Amino acid sequence: MRTTFIESLSQAASENPDIWLLCGDLGYSVLEPFAAKFPDRYVNVGVAEQNMAGVAAGIALSGKTVFIYSIGNFPTLRCLEQLRNDVCYHGADVKVVAVGAGYAYGSQGYTHHALEDAGIMSMLPGMEVFVPCDPMEVRAATRLIATSGKPSYLRLSRAGEPNLATIATDLRKPRILREGREIVILACGPIASRALEAAGELAGRGRDVGVVSVSCLKPLDEMAIRGVVRDASLIVTLEEHILRAGLFSLVAGAFAGDAVRPPITGIGIPEQGGKTSLAGSRDALLDAAGLSAQAIVARIEQSLARR
Amino acid sequence: MADILAVLYARILRVDPADPQAASRDRFVLSKGHAAAIMYATLAECGFFSPAELDTYCRDGSIFTGHISHAVPGIEVSTGSLGHGLPIAIGMALAARMEGAGSRVFCLLSDGECDEGSNWEGILFAPHHKLGNLCVIVDFNKIQSFGSVAEVLNLDPFAEKWKAFGWQVEEIDGHDLIALERALSGVPAASGWPTVVIAHTVKGKGVSFMENNLEWHYRSPSDELLAQALTEIGA
Repeated sequence: MRTTFIESLSQAASENPDIWLLCGDLGYSVLEPFAAKFPDRYVNVGVAEQNMAGVAAGIALSGKTVFIYSIGNFPTLRCLEQLRNDVCYHGADVKVVAVGAGYAYGSQGYTHHALEDAGIMSMLPGMEVFVPCDPMEVRAATRLIATSGKPSYLRLSRAGEPNLATIATDLRKPRILREGREIVILACGPIASRALEAAGELAGRGRDVGVVSVSCLKPLDEMAIRGVVRDASLIVTLEEHILRAGLFSLVAGAFAGDAVRPPITGIGIPEQGGKTSLAGSRDALLDAAGLSAQAIVARIEQSLARR
Repeated sequence: MADILAVLYARILRVDPADPQAASRDRFVLSKGHAAAIMYATLAECGFFSPAELDTYCRDGSIFTGHISHAVPGIEVSTGSLGHGLPIAIGMALAARMEGAGSRVFCLLSDGECDEGSNWEGILFAPHHKLGNLCVIVDFNKIQSFGSVAEVLNLDPFAEKWKAFGWQVEEIDGHDLIALERALSGVPAASGWPTVVIAHTVKGKGVSFMENNLEWHYRSPSDELLAQALTEIGA
Protein backbone atom coordinates (compact mmCIF):
# COMPACT_ATOMS: atom_id res chain seq x y z
CA MET A 1 0.00 0.00 0.00
CA ARG A 2 2.82 2.38 0.88
CA THR A 3 4.51 1.83 -2.43
CA THR A 4 1.29 2.22 -4.37
CA PHE A 5 0.64 5.43 -2.50
CA ILE A 6 4.01 6.98 -3.29
CA GLU A 7 3.80 5.92 -6.95
CA SER A 8 0.35 7.47 -7.23
CA LEU A 9 1.45 10.61 -5.43
CA SER A 10 4.51 10.99 -7.64
CA GLN A 11 2.26 10.69 -10.67
CA ALA A 12 -0.07 13.37 -9.28
CA ALA A 13 2.90 15.60 -8.42
CA SER A 14 4.29 15.34 -11.93
CA GLU A 15 0.95 16.66 -13.20
CA ASN A 16 0.53 19.32 -10.51
CA PRO A 17 3.54 21.47 -9.50
CA ASP A 18 1.71 22.61 -6.34
CA ILE A 19 1.78 19.21 -4.61
CA TRP A 20 4.18 18.98 -1.65
CA LEU A 21 5.09 16.08 0.63
CA LEU A 22 6.24 16.46 4.24
CA CYS A 23 7.24 13.56 6.43
CA GLY A 24 8.06 13.25 10.10
CA ASP A 25 11.33 11.38 9.58
CA LEU A 26 9.48 8.16 8.78
CA GLY A 27 9.01 6.47 5.42
CA TYR A 28 12.56 5.17 4.91
CA SER A 29 12.74 3.09 1.70
CA VAL A 30 9.26 4.31 0.71
CA LEU A 31 9.40 8.06 0.09
CA GLU A 32 12.76 8.28 -1.69
CA PRO A 33 11.34 8.16 -5.26
CA PHE A 34 9.26 11.28 -4.55
CA ALA A 35 12.14 13.02 -2.79
CA ALA A 36 14.47 12.30 -5.71
CA LYS A 37 12.01 13.51 -8.32
CA PHE A 38 10.70 16.59 -6.50
CA PRO A 39 13.41 17.72 -4.07
CA ASP A 40 11.99 21.24 -3.83
CA ARG A 41 8.59 19.96 -2.76
CA TYR A 42 9.71 17.33 -0.30
CA VAL A 43 10.61 18.20 3.29
CA ASN A 44 11.55 15.80 6.05
CA VAL A 45 10.58 18.05 8.95
CA GLY A 46 12.20 15.80 11.52
CA VAL A 47 10.52 14.06 14.42
CA ALA A 48 8.16 16.95 15.06
CA GLU A 49 4.58 16.27 14.08
CA GLN A 50 3.04 19.41 15.58
CA ASN A 51 5.40 21.53 13.54
CA MET A 52 4.79 19.34 10.51
CA ALA A 53 1.02 19.87 10.66
CA GLY A 54 1.36 23.62 11.21
CA VAL A 55 3.94 24.00 8.44
CA ALA A 56 1.66 22.01 6.13
CA ALA A 57 -1.20 24.39 6.94
CA GLY A 58 1.01 27.40 6.21
CA ILE A 59 2.12 26.01 2.85
CA ALA A 60 -1.46 25.05 1.98
CA LEU A 61 -2.75 28.51 2.91
CA SER A 62 -0.24 29.81 0.35
CA GLY A 63 -2.12 27.94 -2.38
CA LYS A 64 -0.52 24.51 -2.34
CA THR A 65 -1.69 20.93 -1.77
CA VAL A 66 0.31 19.37 1.04
CA PHE A 67 0.58 15.69 2.02
CA ILE A 68 1.96 14.85 5.45
CA TYR A 69 3.13 11.32 6.08
CA SER A 70 4.02 9.28 9.14
CA ILE A 71 3.05 6.22 11.13
CA GLY A 72 -0.45 5.74 12.53
CA ASN A 73 -0.89 7.90 15.61
CA PHE A 74 1.92 10.36 14.92
CA PRO A 75 0.46 12.55 12.12
CA THR A 76 -3.01 12.26 13.66
CA LEU A 77 -3.17 12.15 17.45
CA ARG A 78 0.17 13.81 18.21
CA CYS A 79 -0.86 16.91 16.27
CA LEU A 80 -4.62 16.65 16.66
CA GLU A 81 -5.16 20.26 17.65
CA GLN A 82 -3.07 21.52 14.73
CA LEU A 83 -5.28 19.44 12.42
CA ARG A 84 -8.42 20.81 14.07
CA ASN A 85 -7.44 24.48 14.18
CA ASP A 86 -4.77 25.10 11.57
CA VAL A 87 -5.94 22.68 8.91
CA CYS A 88 -9.66 22.00 9.22
CA TYR A 89 -10.85 25.35 10.57
CA HIS A 90 -9.07 27.14 7.74
CA GLY A 91 -10.10 24.55 5.14
CA ALA A 92 -6.40 24.18 4.30
CA ASP A 93 -5.67 21.68 1.53
CA VAL A 94 -3.70 19.27 3.71
CA LYS A 95 -3.78 15.48 3.33
CA VAL A 96 -2.86 13.42 6.36
CA VAL A 97 -1.46 10.04 5.36
CA ALA A 98 -0.87 7.43 8.05
CA VAL A 99 0.67 4.03 7.52
CA GLY A 100 0.26 1.16 9.91
CA ALA A 101 -3.55 1.04 10.20
CA GLY A 102 -4.78 -1.13 13.05
CA TYR A 103 -2.28 -3.85 13.87
CA ALA A 104 -0.15 -3.45 10.72
CA TYR A 105 2.91 -2.80 12.89
CA GLY A 106 1.94 -5.81 14.99
CA SER A 107 4.96 -6.75 17.02
CA GLN A 108 6.18 -3.16 17.37
CA GLY A 109 3.76 -2.78 20.24
CA TYR A 110 0.95 -0.57 21.47
CA THR A 111 2.37 2.84 20.51
CA HIS A 112 2.43 1.73 16.87
CA HIS A 113 -1.10 0.31 16.79
CA ALA A 114 -3.54 2.79 15.24
CA LEU A 115 -6.90 1.80 16.65
CA GLU A 116 -8.77 5.07 17.18
CA ASP A 117 -7.36 7.24 14.39
CA ALA A 118 -10.10 6.91 11.76
CA GLY A 119 -12.81 7.76 14.25
CA ILE A 120 -10.93 10.72 15.64
CA MET A 121 -10.17 12.04 12.15
CA SER A 122 -13.85 11.56 11.23
CA MET A 123 -14.81 13.88 14.06
CA LEU A 124 -12.82 16.79 12.67
CA PRO A 125 -15.05 19.27 10.84
CA GLY A 126 -14.52 19.18 7.09
CA MET A 127 -12.04 16.29 7.16
CA GLU A 128 -12.76 13.60 4.55
CA VAL A 129 -11.69 10.09 5.58
CA PHE A 130 -10.56 7.25 3.32
CA VAL A 131 -9.69 3.71 4.41
CA PRO A 132 -8.80 1.76 1.27
CA CYS A 133 -8.82 -2.05 1.41
CA ASP A 134 -6.30 -2.81 -1.33
CA PRO A 135 -3.72 -1.19 -3.62
CA MET A 136 -6.35 -0.53 -6.27
CA GLU A 137 -8.30 1.63 -3.82
CA VAL A 138 -5.11 3.29 -2.58
CA ARG A 139 -4.38 4.45 -6.11
CA ALA A 140 -7.91 5.79 -6.55
CA ALA A 141 -7.90 7.45 -3.12
CA THR A 142 -4.57 9.18 -3.69
CA ARG A 143 -5.74 10.53 -7.03
CA LEU A 144 -9.01 11.67 -5.52
CA ILE A 145 -7.58 13.53 -2.54
CA ALA A 146 -4.82 15.09 -4.64
CA THR A 147 -7.49 17.06 -6.48
CA SER A 148 -10.33 17.33 -3.96
CA GLY A 149 -9.10 20.61 -2.46
CA LYS A 150 -10.28 19.43 0.98
CA PRO A 151 -8.58 18.35 4.20
CA SER A 152 -8.39 14.57 4.00
CA TYR A 153 -7.21 11.57 5.96
CA LEU A 154 -5.82 8.54 4.15
CA ARG A 155 -5.39 5.46 6.33
CA LEU A 156 -2.96 2.96 4.83
CA SER A 157 -1.97 -0.44 6.06
CA ARG A 158 1.59 -1.35 5.20
CA ALA A 159 2.92 -3.58 2.45
CA GLY A 160 2.00 -6.72 0.56
CA GLU A 161 -1.79 -6.38 0.62
CA PRO A 162 -3.42 -8.08 -2.40
CA ASN A 163 -6.10 -6.54 -4.58
CA LEU A 164 -9.42 -7.90 -3.34
CA ALA A 165 -11.40 -7.45 -6.54
CA THR A 166 -10.57 -6.69 -10.12
CA ILE A 167 -13.12 -3.97 -10.58
CA ALA A 168 -12.65 -0.49 -9.19
CA THR A 169 -15.57 1.86 -8.75
CA ASP A 170 -15.99 5.49 -7.78
CA LEU A 171 -14.04 5.51 -4.53
CA ARG A 172 -16.74 7.49 -2.78
CA LYS A 173 -19.21 4.64 -3.38
CA PRO A 174 -19.24 1.24 -1.68
CA ARG A 175 -17.38 -1.33 -3.81
CA ILE A 176 -18.78 -4.82 -4.05
CA LEU A 177 -16.07 -7.40 -3.41
CA ARG A 178 -18.47 -10.34 -3.33
CA GLU A 179 -22.07 -10.48 -4.44
CA GLY A 180 -24.62 -11.66 -1.87
CA ARG A 181 -27.85 -10.33 -0.37
CA GLU A 182 -29.01 -12.10 2.77
CA ILE A 183 -26.08 -11.02 4.91
CA VAL A 184 -24.00 -8.04 3.86
CA ILE A 185 -20.61 -7.44 5.48
CA LEU A 186 -19.51 -3.82 5.16
CA ALA A 187 -15.76 -3.69 5.70
CA CYS A 188 -13.13 -0.98 5.56
CA GLY A 189 -9.42 -1.51 5.08
CA PRO A 190 -7.50 -4.71 4.34
CA ILE A 191 -9.46 -6.53 7.04
CA ALA A 192 -11.97 -6.92 4.20
CA SER A 193 -9.94 -9.96 3.13
CA ARG A 194 -11.07 -11.66 6.33
CA ALA A 195 -14.65 -10.74 5.53
CA LEU A 196 -14.23 -12.54 2.21
CA GLU A 197 -12.85 -15.60 4.01
CA ALA A 198 -15.74 -15.58 6.45
CA ALA A 199 -18.22 -15.14 3.61
CA GLY A 200 -16.74 -18.16 1.83
CA GLU A 201 -17.14 -20.24 4.97
CA LEU A 202 -20.74 -19.11 5.48
CA ALA A 203 -21.53 -19.76 1.82
CA GLY A 204 -20.38 -23.34 2.39
CA ARG A 205 -23.08 -23.50 5.06
CA GLY A 206 -25.73 -22.33 2.62
CA ARG A 207 -25.72 -18.61 3.44
CA ASP A 208 -25.90 -15.89 0.82
CA VAL A 209 -23.25 -13.40 1.93
CA GLY A 210 -22.09 -10.22 0.25
CA VAL A 211 -18.92 -8.29 1.08
CA VAL A 212 -18.65 -4.59 0.40
CA SER A 213 -15.65 -2.33 0.86
CA VAL A 214 -16.60 1.05 2.31
CA SER A 215 -13.38 2.96 1.76
CA CYS A 216 -14.87 6.42 2.05
CA LEU A 217 -15.93 6.75 5.69
CA LYS A 218 -16.57 10.45 5.44
CA PRO A 219 -18.63 11.63 3.75
CA LEU A 220 -20.42 8.31 4.03
CA ASP A 221 -22.59 7.68 0.99
CA GLU A 222 -25.64 6.59 2.95
CA MET A 223 -27.83 6.30 -0.12
CA ALA A 224 -25.43 3.93 -1.86
CA ILE A 225 -25.03 1.87 1.32
CA ARG A 226 -28.81 1.56 1.59
CA GLY A 227 -28.68 0.24 -1.97
CA VAL A 228 -26.20 -2.54 -1.23
CA VAL A 229 -28.00 -3.70 1.92
CA ARG A 230 -31.56 -3.34 0.62
CA ASP A 231 -32.34 -7.08 0.76
CA ALA A 232 -30.21 -7.90 3.79
CA SER A 233 -31.64 -9.50 6.90
CA LEU A 234 -28.38 -8.81 8.72
CA ILE A 235 -25.82 -6.05 8.28
CA VAL A 236 -22.33 -6.68 9.64
CA THR A 237 -19.60 -4.07 9.89
CA LEU A 238 -15.97 -5.13 10.11
CA GLU A 239 -13.08 -2.80 10.88
CA GLU A 240 -9.52 -2.91 12.22
CA HIS A 241 -10.41 -0.16 14.71
CA ILE A 242 -12.31 0.18 17.95
CA LEU A 243 -16.09 0.25 17.63
CA ARG A 244 -16.39 3.95 18.30
CA ALA A 245 -16.68 6.69 15.70
CA GLY A 246 -15.53 4.38 12.92
CA LEU A 247 -17.41 2.32 10.34
CA PHE A 248 -19.83 0.70 12.83
CA SER A 249 -20.76 4.00 14.45
CA LEU A 250 -21.23 5.74 11.12
CA VAL A 251 -23.36 2.95 9.63
CA ALA A 252 -25.39 2.48 12.82
CA GLY A 253 -25.91 6.24 12.94
CA ALA A 254 -27.10 6.27 9.35
CA PHE A 255 -29.77 3.64 10.04
CA ALA A 256 -30.68 4.72 13.58
CA GLY A 257 -33.74 6.70 12.50
CA ASP A 258 -35.28 3.89 10.46
CA ALA A 259 -38.42 2.41 12.00
CA VAL A 260 -37.73 -0.93 10.35
CA ARG A 261 -34.21 -2.06 9.59
CA PRO A 262 -32.11 -5.19 9.81
CA PRO A 263 -29.95 -5.68 12.90
CA ILE A 264 -26.42 -4.31 12.63
CA THR A 265 -23.59 -6.35 14.13
CA GLY A 266 -20.37 -4.41 14.68
CA ILE A 267 -17.12 -6.36 14.71
CA GLY A 268 -13.93 -4.50 15.58
CA ILE A 269 -11.04 -4.35 18.01
CA PRO A 270 -12.07 -4.48 21.69
CA GLU A 271 -10.94 -1.51 23.77
CA GLN A 272 -8.04 -2.53 25.99
CA GLY A 273 -7.41 0.42 28.30
CA GLY A 274 -4.86 -0.46 30.96
CA LYS A 275 -4.10 -3.91 29.51
CA THR A 276 -0.61 -4.60 28.25
CA SER A 277 -0.30 -5.35 24.57
CA LEU A 278 1.66 -8.47 23.66
CA ALA A 279 4.02 -8.91 20.73
CA GLY A 280 2.59 -10.59 17.67
CA SER A 281 2.21 -10.41 13.95
CA ARG A 282 -0.77 -8.53 12.56
CA ASP A 283 -2.48 -11.84 11.88
CA ALA A 284 -1.84 -13.11 15.40
CA LEU A 285 -3.07 -9.89 17.01
CA LEU A 286 -6.22 -9.84 14.87
CA ASP A 287 -6.93 -13.45 15.79
CA ALA A 288 -6.39 -12.67 19.47
CA ALA A 289 -8.76 -9.71 19.19
CA GLY A 290 -11.53 -11.96 17.90
CA LEU A 291 -11.14 -11.06 14.25
CA SER A 292 -10.13 -14.43 12.81
CA ALA A 293 -12.32 -15.56 9.92
CA GLN A 294 -13.67 -18.33 12.19
CA ALA A 295 -14.51 -15.85 14.96
CA ILE A 296 -16.23 -13.58 12.45
CA VAL A 297 -18.28 -16.53 11.21
CA ALA A 298 -19.21 -17.39 14.79
CA ARG A 299 -20.29 -13.80 15.54
CA ILE A 300 -22.44 -13.74 12.44
CA GLU A 301 -24.03 -17.09 13.28
CA GLN A 302 -24.81 -15.77 16.79
CA SER A 303 -26.43 -12.67 15.34
CA LEU A 304 -28.48 -14.76 12.92
CA ALA A 305 -29.64 -17.00 15.76
CA ARG A 306 -30.76 -13.96 17.75
CA ARG A 307 -32.92 -12.48 14.99
CA MET B 1 2.26 45.17 21.62
CA ALA B 2 0.39 48.16 20.16
CA ASP B 3 3.75 49.78 19.42
CA ILE B 4 4.96 46.68 17.59
CA LEU B 5 1.83 46.50 15.44
CA ALA B 6 1.97 50.24 14.75
CA VAL B 7 5.48 49.97 13.33
CA LEU B 8 4.72 46.75 11.45
CA TYR B 9 1.62 48.09 9.73
CA ALA B 10 2.82 51.67 9.19
CA ARG B 11 6.37 50.99 8.05
CA ILE B 12 7.17 47.34 7.41
CA LEU B 13 4.42 45.10 6.04
CA ARG B 14 3.66 45.18 2.33
CA VAL B 15 -0.07 44.59 2.64
CA ASP B 16 -2.88 46.36 0.85
CA PRO B 17 -6.29 46.83 2.49
CA ALA B 18 -7.78 47.12 -1.02
CA ASP B 19 -6.36 43.71 -1.96
CA PRO B 20 -5.80 41.81 1.30
CA GLN B 21 -5.29 38.46 -0.48
CA ALA B 22 -2.66 39.66 -3.00
CA ALA B 23 -0.37 36.68 -3.65
CA SER B 24 2.84 38.69 -3.26
CA ARG B 25 1.87 40.26 0.09
CA ASP B 26 3.91 39.96 3.24
CA ARG B 27 2.25 37.74 5.83
CA PHE B 28 1.70 38.59 9.47
CA VAL B 29 0.71 35.78 11.83
CA LEU B 30 -0.38 36.80 15.30
CA SER B 31 0.28 33.70 17.35
CA LYS B 32 -0.84 35.27 20.63
CA GLY B 33 -4.41 35.25 19.36
CA HIS B 34 -5.80 36.53 22.67
CA ALA B 35 -4.50 39.99 21.76
CA ALA B 36 -7.36 40.30 19.30
CA ALA B 37 -8.54 43.75 20.35
CA ILE B 38 -5.21 45.42 19.51
CA MET B 39 -5.02 43.52 16.23
CA TYR B 40 -8.53 44.48 15.13
CA ALA B 41 -7.97 48.12 16.08
CA THR B 42 -4.75 48.20 14.07
CA LEU B 43 -6.42 46.75 10.98
CA ALA B 44 -9.29 49.22 11.28
CA GLU B 45 -6.80 52.10 11.50
CA CYS B 46 -5.13 50.76 8.35
CA GLY B 47 -8.41 50.71 6.45
CA PHE B 48 -9.08 46.97 6.23
CA PHE B 49 -12.60 47.73 7.50
CA SER B 50 -14.48 50.58 9.12
CA PRO B 51 -13.52 51.41 12.73
CA ALA B 52 -17.26 51.50 13.46
CA GLU B 53 -17.30 47.71 13.09
CA LEU B 54 -15.09 47.41 16.16
CA ASP B 55 -18.11 48.17 18.30
CA THR B 56 -19.40 44.66 17.58
CA TYR B 57 -16.33 43.10 19.27
CA CYS B 58 -17.42 39.93 21.10
CA ARG B 59 -21.08 40.75 20.56
CA ASP B 60 -23.57 38.09 19.40
CA GLY B 61 -23.13 37.35 15.70
CA SER B 62 -19.97 39.44 15.28
CA ILE B 63 -16.97 38.21 13.25
CA PHE B 64 -14.77 39.94 15.85
CA THR B 65 -14.26 37.04 18.25
CA GLY B 66 -12.21 37.31 21.43
CA HIS B 67 -9.36 35.36 19.86
CA ILE B 68 -8.48 36.53 16.36
CA SER B 69 -10.52 35.20 13.47
CA HIS B 70 -9.60 34.90 9.81
CA ALA B 71 -13.16 35.95 9.04
CA VAL B 72 -11.85 39.49 9.65
CA PRO B 73 -10.25 41.13 6.57
CA GLY B 74 -6.48 41.30 7.01
CA ILE B 75 -6.20 38.41 9.46
CA GLU B 76 -4.21 35.56 7.92
CA VAL B 77 -5.00 32.83 10.42
CA SER B 78 -7.17 32.26 13.46
CA THR B 79 -5.18 31.52 16.57
CA GLY B 80 -5.91 31.32 20.27
CA SER B 81 -4.49 28.02 21.35
CA LEU B 82 -0.85 28.96 21.88
CA GLY B 83 2.06 27.50 19.97
CA HIS B 84 0.29 27.31 16.62
CA GLY B 85 1.35 30.48 14.81
CA LEU B 86 5.05 29.89 14.30
CA PRO B 87 4.76 26.55 12.44
CA ILE B 88 2.11 28.08 10.16
CA ALA B 89 4.36 31.10 9.54
CA ILE B 90 7.23 28.75 8.72
CA GLY B 91 5.05 26.99 6.14
CA MET B 92 4.18 30.34 4.61
CA ALA B 93 7.86 31.30 4.51
CA LEU B 94 8.79 28.03 2.78
CA ALA B 95 6.06 28.53 0.18
CA ALA B 96 7.02 32.20 -0.31
CA ARG B 97 10.63 31.27 -0.90
CA MET B 98 9.53 28.76 -3.52
CA GLU B 99 7.31 31.38 -5.19
CA GLY B 100 10.22 33.81 -5.32
CA ALA B 101 8.06 36.94 -5.11
CA GLY B 102 10.02 38.30 -2.15
CA SER B 103 7.24 37.95 0.42
CA ARG B 104 8.35 38.06 4.03
CA VAL B 105 6.59 36.43 6.94
CA PHE B 106 6.36 38.02 10.40
CA CYS B 107 5.07 36.13 13.43
CA LEU B 108 4.38 37.65 16.83
CA LEU B 109 4.69 35.36 19.85
CA SER B 110 4.01 36.02 23.48
CA ASP B 111 6.66 35.14 26.01
CA GLY B 112 4.35 32.80 27.90
CA GLU B 113 3.62 30.79 24.77
CA CYS B 114 7.30 29.98 24.47
CA ASP B 115 6.44 27.29 27.04
CA GLU B 116 4.80 25.37 24.17
CA GLY B 117 6.97 22.62 22.72
CA SER B 118 5.59 23.15 19.23
CA ASN B 119 7.34 26.53 19.12
CA TRP B 120 10.67 24.90 19.83
CA GLU B 121 10.05 22.41 17.03
CA GLY B 122 9.67 25.41 14.75
CA ILE B 123 12.60 27.30 16.28
CA LEU B 124 14.78 24.28 15.46
CA PHE B 125 13.35 23.96 11.94
CA ALA B 126 13.58 27.51 10.58
CA PRO B 127 17.39 27.98 10.77
CA HIS B 128 17.95 24.45 9.46
CA HIS B 129 16.11 25.56 6.32
CA LYS B 130 17.75 29.01 6.37
CA LEU B 131 14.41 30.79 6.24
CA GLY B 132 15.81 34.30 5.98
CA ASN B 133 12.40 35.64 4.93
CA LEU B 134 10.99 34.75 8.36
CA CYS B 135 10.96 37.10 11.34
CA VAL B 136 9.65 36.23 14.78
CA ILE B 137 8.89 39.01 17.24
CA VAL B 138 8.51 38.08 20.90
CA ASP B 139 6.41 40.43 23.00
CA PHE B 140 8.57 39.91 26.08
CA ASN B 141 6.53 41.57 28.80
CA LYS B 142 7.66 39.04 31.44
CA ILE B 143 4.13 38.27 32.62
CA GLN B 144 2.00 35.22 31.88
CA SER B 145 -1.32 33.91 33.15
CA PHE B 146 -0.42 33.05 36.74
CA GLY B 147 2.43 35.43 37.38
CA SER B 148 5.84 36.38 36.13
CA VAL B 149 7.54 34.31 33.45
CA ALA B 150 10.49 33.91 35.81
CA GLU B 151 8.23 32.33 38.43
CA VAL B 152 6.02 30.18 36.19
CA LEU B 153 8.58 28.72 33.79
CA ASN B 154 11.76 30.66 33.42
CA LEU B 155 12.91 31.42 29.86
CA ASP B 156 16.32 32.85 30.73
CA PRO B 157 18.77 33.00 29.17
CA PHE B 158 16.27 33.75 26.41
CA ALA B 159 18.35 35.44 23.70
CA GLU B 160 21.07 32.85 24.13
CA LYS B 161 18.57 30.06 23.51
CA TRP B 162 17.56 31.58 20.14
CA LYS B 163 21.22 32.17 19.26
CA ALA B 164 22.07 28.58 20.07
CA PHE B 165 19.29 27.44 17.72
CA GLY B 166 20.81 29.52 14.92
CA TRP B 167 18.65 32.64 14.80
CA GLN B 168 19.78 36.18 14.10
CA VAL B 169 18.82 37.82 17.39
CA GLU B 170 17.89 41.48 17.89
CA GLU B 171 17.08 42.53 21.44
CA ILE B 172 15.39 45.91 21.72
CA ASP B 173 13.09 48.11 23.76
CA GLY B 174 9.72 47.12 22.33
CA HIS B 175 8.30 50.59 22.93
CA ASP B 176 11.10 52.36 21.02
CA LEU B 177 9.49 52.90 17.62
CA ILE B 178 12.76 53.78 15.92
CA ALA B 179 14.47 50.69 17.28
CA LEU B 180 11.53 48.55 16.18
CA GLU B 181 11.61 49.97 12.67
CA ARG B 182 15.36 49.47 12.42
CA ALA B 183 15.19 45.86 13.62
CA LEU B 184 12.22 44.90 11.45
CA SER B 185 13.62 46.63 8.36
CA GLY B 186 16.50 44.17 8.46
CA VAL B 187 14.29 41.32 7.17
CA PRO B 188 15.35 39.34 5.21
CA ALA B 189 18.63 39.32 7.10
CA ALA B 190 21.77 39.61 5.00
CA SER B 191 23.10 36.59 6.87
CA GLY B 192 20.30 34.46 5.43
CA TRP B 193 19.24 33.27 8.87
CA PRO B 194 15.75 33.81 10.28
CA THR B 195 15.47 36.80 12.58
CA VAL B 196 14.01 37.01 16.05
CA VAL B 197 13.32 40.39 17.55
CA ILE B 198 13.03 40.07 21.31
CA ALA B 199 11.00 43.13 22.17
CA HIS B 200 11.25 44.00 25.86
CA THR B 201 7.87 45.47 26.70
CA VAL B 202 5.83 46.58 29.68
CA LYS B 203 2.38 45.08 29.94
CA GLY B 204 -0.19 47.89 30.02
CA LYS B 205 2.46 50.44 29.01
CA GLY B 206 1.48 54.05 29.60
CA VAL B 207 -1.47 53.42 31.91
CA SER B 208 -0.36 53.83 35.51
CA PHE B 209 -2.81 51.43 37.10
CA MET B 210 -2.35 48.75 34.40
CA GLU B 211 1.42 48.68 33.98
CA ASN B 212 2.91 45.32 35.00
CA ASN B 213 -0.34 44.43 36.75
CA LEU B 214 -1.40 40.83 36.09
CA GLU B 215 -5.00 41.65 36.97
CA TRP B 216 -5.40 43.56 33.68
CA HIS B 217 -4.72 40.43 31.67
CA TYR B 218 -8.26 39.51 32.71
CA ARG B 219 -10.23 42.63 33.65
CA SER B 220 -12.12 45.10 31.49
CA PRO B 221 -11.98 48.72 32.66
CA SER B 222 -15.04 50.59 33.88
CA ASP B 223 -16.05 53.70 31.91
CA GLU B 224 -14.28 55.84 34.48
CA LEU B 225 -11.03 53.86 34.36
CA LEU B 226 -11.21 53.74 30.56
CA ALA B 227 -11.42 57.53 30.46
CA GLN B 228 -8.46 57.79 32.81
CA ALA B 229 -6.44 55.32 30.73
CA LEU B 230 -7.17 57.19 27.51
CA THR B 231 -6.11 60.44 29.13
CA GLU B 232 -2.87 58.90 30.37
CA ILE B 233 -1.88 57.62 26.92
CA GLY B 234 -2.94 60.88 25.33
CA ALA B 235 -5.56 59.32 23.03
